[in-house]
Amino acid sequence: MIELSQKEKDMRDGKEGPLLKFAISLVLKAANIWQAPRLIEASFAHIDACHYYGQAHLDFARKLEREGATFPIPSWTNTVPVSLTGSDGREKNNQAFVDGAKEVAEIYERIGCKPVWTCAPYQLPDGPKFGDQIVGSESNAVSFYNAVVGARTQKYGDFLDVACALTGRVPFTGLHRDEGRIGQIELDVSFLPEELRHEEEICHLIGIIMGRDAGSKVPVIRGLPSSTHRDSLKGIAAAGAASGGVAMFHVLGVTPEAPDAETAYQGRTPERIQKVTATDLDEAKALVSSVRSGPVNMVALGTPHFSYDEFQRLAVLIDGRKVHPDVTFYVSTSRFVAQMVQDSGAMDIIERAGVQVLRDTCTYFSPAVKACKGPVMTNSGKWAFYAPGMLPVDVAFGSLRDCVQSAVKGEIVMAPAFGS
Amino acid sequence: MTPQSLKSEVLHPGTAQGELLVLDTPVSFWGGFDPNNGEIIEASHPQCGEKVTGKILVMYRGKGSAGTPAGVAESIRNGSGPIALILCEPEVNIAIGAAVASELYDVHMPVVCLEPDDYTKLIESNKTDISLTGEVTPH
Repeated sequence: MIELSQKEKDMRDGKEGPLLKFAISLVLKAANIWQAPRLIEASFAHIDACHYYGQAHLDFARKLEREGATFPIPSWTNTVPVSLTGSDGREKNNQAFVDGAKEVAEIYERIGCKPVWTCAPYQLPDGPKFGDQIVGSESNAVSFYNAVVGARTQKYGDFLDVACALTGRVPFTGLHRDEGRIGQIELDVSFLPEELRHEEEICHLIGIIMGRDAGSKVPVIRGLPSSTHRDSLKGIAAAGAASGGVAMFHVLGVTPEAPDAETAYQGRTPERIQKVTATDLDEAKALVSSVRSGPVNMVALGTPHFSYDEFQRLAVLIDGRKVHPDVTFYVSTSRFVAQMVQDSGAMDIIERAGVQVLRDTCTYFSPAVKACKGPVMTNSGKWAFYAPGMLPVDVAFGSLRDCVQSAVKGEIVMAPAFGS
Repeated sequence: MTPQSLKSEVLHPGTAQGELLVLDTPVSFWGGFDPNNGEIIEASHPQCGEKVTGKILVMYRGKGSAGTPAGVAESIRNGSGPIALILCEPEVNIAIGAAVASELYDVHMPVVCLEPDDYTKLIESNKTDISLTGEVTPH
């Protein structure tokens, strides 16, 4: 039995109108299945239902608009399958799909969502803070908000995300509660050579390993330097959510709920400790690399969306060089970050080298890359893990530096094995 | 012999009668399944290429992604999907997809959850009925 406030009862009983009655019925359905004792107020939402795979997404959005939906809490939009700024070169591949996707996106903007169109909303100002109870949907953002920001969310699928945002309520369960956030298993990377532990590429592979082995447990990573960059943590969050479904993790001495082991485990001991070796990293790299040499047709960066700092590093690496004529080089990002990079002058350097920057969307589901036959090189563990199922391409995973080298040379350049 | 009814937890109510398709491992309704034709498309899935259309789909647990509810709702809308889902571990995403399809299209695909012993009994059979209150009657 779920304990409800008067306001929640009014919504349930239809006193707040039919749309809120429907919305809270979805929230209560989830609360029942998760066995939550009550609902709590949420202060922010990141909406995934603005995505599009077919008529159901559109019919749902039209219903929201027809019935006068309004969002009582800041509700930001996830990335969408087509670019809304026109920087998506090959949209005409499938006009009906493009039209449907654009209509859905336009509706969410009209009904009051903040049109940020990004899977990395945590790179934007004025988002949720430590301790906030929020509605997360996209898997990497759920994991990043929980682990790195310290905001609290379950993973809310399409439609339930909107229902929670409209009602401003979430079931008080799982990762919303202190006990749901206790570290349970340990991934010890402290035996890896010091210089490796500073590499962003390694963090993506740690994420792949974490997702593969964690099941439904909350993992604690031990041994990363306290200087570990947010982009490396983004890599861990995204890869761990892709290869497994990790929605919360800790990094000792780095993430805010893990200043030390005592705090991360809330006084308990880990159920198991797994040591990560250089050989494990090589195995993980093999898992996300179906090719390791030969020509490359595309380089795809920015899954999740490329950050301002990543663009600055890319600009340094590619300044004065040219992307090989046989290679298409895409970077996906948000319109917000793209503008900041433009203002800094780095966008000119990057575009002059022949790099195309996609705004609002992502290469692995955009019609822009459907025609690509591969191989594709990426620095994203998540892209490398998912793309072979979504696009008929071979993938090579490597560091940002290796991706740039490959793009210029037209051939895959990969660092030697870590265990060698 | 009178068929024995198994009591399930109703995650979304509806009625169905039909043949079972028991999956060896769960499939994701987003990415692992094509809602345009009802085929399992996850390359590594042992039943890749099979169609779920018109079947009572039986899988031990859901396989999550934020897009799952939309994949479920879309497959109910265009009739490519299963006519019911039977699970052993309760799953929010599939239930939400079914609830949204009920609201938008007035099609009510039951989603129910059985106890492990009953789940084992069910998968021995070829057909089953599902009632509005969650009685699952294999035959």
